[in-house]
Formats: sequence, structure tokens, C-alpha cells
Amino acid sequence: MSDILVSEQSAPGFGGSGRPSGRLLEVEDLRVEFRTRDGVAKVINGVTYHVDAGETLAVLGESGSGKSVTAQTIMGILDTPPGFVTGGQVRFHGKDMLRMSAEERRRIRGEGIAMIFQDSLSALNPVFTVGFQIAEQFRVRRGMSRADAKKRAIEMLDQVKIPNAKGRFSNYPHQFSGGMRQRAMIAMSLALDPEVLIADEPTTALDVTVQAQIMDLLGELQRERRMGMILITHDLGVVADVADRIAVMYAGRIVEEANVYELYRKPAHPYTLGLLDSIPRMDEKGQELRTIKGLPPNLMNIPPGCPFNPRCPMAQPVCREKVPPLLQVGTSRASACHFAEELVNRD
Amino acid sequence: MTENIIEVRDLVKHYPVTRGIVFKKTIGQVKAVDGVSFDLKAGETLGVVGESGCGKSTLARVLMNLEKPTAGSVLYKGQDISKLSGGALRRLRRQIQLVMQDPYTSLNPRMTVGDLIGEPFEIHPEVAPKGSRRGKVKELLDLVGLNPEHINRYPHQFSGGQRQRIGIARALALRPEVIVCDEPVSALDVSIQAQVMNLLEKLQAEFGLSYVFIAHDLSVVRHLSDRVAVMYLGKMVEVGTEDEIYERPTHPYTQALLSAVPVPDPTLRNNKAIIRLTGDVPSPISPPSGCRFRTRCWKAQEICAQEVPLLQIRRGSDHPSACHFAEKREIVATHGA
Repeated sequence: MSDILVSEQSAPGFGGSGRPSGRLLEVEDLRVEFRTRDGVAKVINGVTYHVDAGETLAVLGESGSGKSVTAQTIMGILDTPPGFVTGGQVRFHGKDMLRMSAEERRRIRGEGIAMIFQDSLSALNPVFTVGFQIAEQFRVRRGMSRADAKKRAIEMLDQVKIPNAKGRFSNYPHQFSGGMRQRAMIAMSLALDPEVLIADEPTTALDVTVQAQIMDLLGELQRERRMGMILITHDLGVVADVADRIAVMYAGRIVEEANVYELYRKPAHPYTLGLLDSIPRMDEKGQELRTIKGLPPNLMNIPPGCPFNPRCPMAQPVCREKVPPLLQVGTSRASACHFAEELVNRD
Repeated sequence: MTENIIEVRDLVKHYPVTRGIVFKKTIGQVKAVDGVSFDLKAGETLGVVGESGCGKSTLARVLMNLEKPTAGSVLYKGQDISKLSGGALRRLRRQIQLVMQDPYTSLNPRMTVGDLIGEPFEIHPEVAPKGSRRGKVKELLDLVGLNPEHINRYPHQFSGGQRQRIGIARALALRPEVIVCDEPVSALDVSIQAQVMNLLEKLQAEFGLSYVFIAHDLSVVRHLSDRVAVMYLGKMVEVGTEDEIYERPTHPYTQALLSAVPVPDPTLRNNKAIIRLTGDVPSPISPPSGCRFRTRCWKAQEICAQEVPLLQIRRGSDHPSACHFAEKREIVATHGA
């Protein structure tokens, strides 16, 4: 895993676009709301994060925190209506994708940024063979002939270690097991050699032994291709295994961002602290689990001040009045808590 | 010695695979559970772990007498539950209750919480006479940490964690002795999962319940269980106390399963001795001969294809393991910080 960190430093300008480098993919102050019959749900309330070539950013959060909606907005697959982007930018190689034409965005999808989804059975089209669905991209986007496209698709299946790739080419998705389908989806997303891969809960539906295989495969392919990866997950174990940096989301905001080692050693936000405490640990059996009391807020009615304040054990009057901005704490991390310094400096 | 409240002996549950619509013929058997034996003692929690398709939910259904076993028996205090019917079966059902996995589909959306939790009293009126039911339901709501004032609300007005509490209240209504929990926390977020696990522990201490706790999450199972059974393709491969399974596993499958669990500690990234299994779980319609794990096992020898390894205590070990070559192996991955 350590070579990812190395490649992160030697990576500026990677991507071959020739544009002044800076960041590969940046999300800045993104705001998204869902206008429904029952009211307006503020799903994303100013999210800022970035990912560089060869780096893995884990976006961690519970259901409803907005982690998947952010990814959908980046990919341009947000359901509109009800979802509307009300502010912010998504820059790929410095260019704001939210202000591009549909045609320009389409060119980025697949070649620039690709995505894999949690539920491989519903993400793949059940009436086409797996091979056809992969080969289609080569024909449409690369103008290849049917035969060449098929050859490339078989190569892709081979790369994701599907045994007997040639024979499997003409299978339908339902003939694959869950782990194999996830491999096929990885093959599909990597077919056009994207610079950024967004993996939205790629292993949540899989068993642990298969999950381990898939995470290994993703890590390997990422290193080979020096892709930037955004790994969206709620699993603190998976994150600890593969991430370089972590962004923790709560109620549509990033509440903490840090290097993976720092975050697990000493969280700088009470929500992160609560999450880490509520994992059942193998070495603390028999004790009552520490929990975060209460429930995540209703996004149609987010409490004033810090959105976490009703559940926070450290909450003070200021937390009910002022929204804490995401500010730098120390050198390489940021936290959106009025008392971040106290948290970091405690023993 | 505490008494065994449930004894399962050589339990087998096969489902026929049929072809044809008008002229159905059976072309095979899905061997969901294939010869499982275990005991559940009063007041203890038996964890059952395994990957999808290993038969753990079928086991739950047979324990609840929702399915008749193909062979073998489930004894509740010495009584074979699959042979009961009518009044005797109804009385038994009071004693064994189920908490289901999905709190979204297991609650009828058209019934209020009061009706959902009170429904068991309609079937078993001897537990609570009509006039006292609402009072009882309110007590139950309070017990599981919900506001008794919400008795007239519908399931959609609650969050996932709260719905699971409703499911638990419903299971508790008849004051059972055994609760079978089938993946009760796997649909919940981490912070909510911890709340529900604490609730289950509190209730067990309060009412002396016995749990059969079925889950695929190994750390959740360890947290709650006294003893753990590991299942693979319809068979139990290893049974032991929580310590024996997690600290001294001897079956290769248990070892692989434990080592694949991601540990929430990034500093352990590089010193994990990870055993990587290749391939997928074989189909339960035609499981491999001999040891069912042999197709993915790195220790497999000729004997594994020929002879089914029995679940028994092996040399150099203190608990039963169904492997011809069972031996201890240190699993670094389970030793969090």
C-alpha cells in the first residue's frame, strides 16, 4: 500500500491533458437539493474535496449523509427533478463540468471519470451479454469493429481475473455470481482507461472473502493505472485498509478530512470519534458499546448551527448558533467543529 | 450444568429444484442445511456466522418451525417441534420468537405500531386480556427505547433503527424464552447498529433470554455471543466458545473468514497475514464430494475429496472442527490495536 503514497508525490500533471495541472478532480462548495412534494431536502450543503492521480480518497458517511449524491453529481447522473444543483463547482482538470455542454460531459464520462455501483445486478443490463456491454464502449467511443471490440472486451475480462474470459464473454449478468458481476462492472468502468474511478460501495453487497478479493483487485488496477479513486463507503474497516485520505460526511457536509492514520489515531470531530467508538471491537468484548445517541437529522429540517449538535456530547451554546466551517487543524487535516483544537490536543 | 433449551440433531433441509410448469419433475435438491447439530443452553447466545448461501437463514426458519425439516429434529426442552400441531404448536410458538433482518419489509405498512406489537396478543389472548393490551404495548415500547406516545404511528414514520426496535418489541410481546435473530443489525448504520446491539444485551440480562444470533459480520457476532458456530455450504465446520473460534480457530475456512475481515485500524495494514480464498462458494445443488470446502482450500488432499470430515474434537485442539487437517493458526487480523 505504501507505494500509493509515493506515487501521489510523483504524480503532478499526470493525465496527459497538457493543461496546467493543479488538481485532477475537485469538488468545491457543492450544493444540491431535492425538491419533493413534501418539501425541499437540502442533501448537499457545501461539499469540498479533491482527488489526485494515484490517490485513494475515501468518502465515509452513514445513509443519507449525501456521499452518493455527491458522486452522482460529479458523474452527471443526478435525477433531475427532483435533484437540483444549487451551487458550487465540479472541476475536472480545472474545468467546471457543471457548466459544460452535455456533449462535453459525455466525453468525460468513461474516459475521464468512470463509476462502479454497489448493486451489480441492477447496474448491468439483464438483456445484453456481459461481453456486449463492455464491447459496446469500444465500438461507440473508439470506433472499433465488432471483432476488435470483442477482442478488447475479452482482454478486459481477463484483466479483472474472470476465469475463462473468452467463454464468459457471451454470458448474461444473471449467469455470473455476485463477485464475478462486480468484476465485470470493474472491467466495464476501466475499459476506456479513466483517470478517476468513483467506487460507490463496491463491496457492500458481497461476502467478506469475496470483498477482500475485489478490494485487492481494485487496489492493484489502481496502482497499475495510477488512477485517482474515490471510494464511497460506510465501512470503517475497508477504509482503514485502502484509503490515503478520508473525508467524513454528515448531513450533506464534510465534517472532517484527514490522512487515514491521523484520523483513526485521533479524530478531530466528535462525530468521527462517535463512529469509531461504536464499531464492535474484537478486543473489548462484554462491555457495552458506546453509541452516538439519537438519529441523523431530517434533511428537510436541519437543526440550526452545527448539524451534529443535538447528538453531540460536547455541544455548547455556540454550537446551536453558528455553523462551524471546515477549518484547518494542525498541518494536514481539517475539521468542522468549534472545539476541534481541544479534541486534537486532548490526551 | 445449565440445561439445553434447544437441541438440534442432524438437521437436514433440502429444497427440490423442479422443471416444467404443468408436469413438474424434480431435477435436483438445493441442500440448504445438510446435517447440522448443536445445543442452545438457557440464557446463552449462540452466534451463527457464514457467508450468503451457507444455510443460516434456512436454519432460522426451521428453528421457528416455519419449514419442516427434511430429516433430523429440533427439540425444544425435549419435545420435537416439527411433530407438534394445533394447540401444542401454538403454545410452543410463544416460546420461540424471531427478529427479522429487514425492518422495512417485515412490518406491515398499513398497521399502526400499536397493532403490530399487539397482534401477538390476538393470537395468544391468554397472555394479555383485551383491556390491558394497549398498556402492555406501551410498556414494550418503553422497554425497547421508543416513546410510548407513538403507539398510533405507522412504520414509515420511524427510522430503520427505530423500526428494528419495533420488531424486537413484537418478538418480546409474548415473553419468549428463545429469540432467533436473523441478521438483526445488518441493515443498519454503524452508530444505530451499536444502539440496537446494546438493547439486545440489556434485554437478555433482564429477561434471561437465549439468543440464536445469525449474522455475517464477525465482529458483531463476537461482541454478542458466548459460543459461535461457523457454517459453510449447509454444514457446520467449527463450533466453540467465542475465544476458541476467534483466538484459536482450527478450520481453514474459519481462518480465511477471520483474516478477510477488514480491521478498522490503518496501522495494521501491512502486518496482516491475509489468507486469500480464490473463487466463489460452489452451488448447494451439487456441493463438492467429501469436504465441501476443499475446492477453495489450500490444504486439500486426496482424503478431503473422499471422506466427509466429521465435526469433532481433533488432536491438539480444544473444540470441534470439521477438517482432516485442523490445526491452530495465529490470525493477526483479529487482534485490533
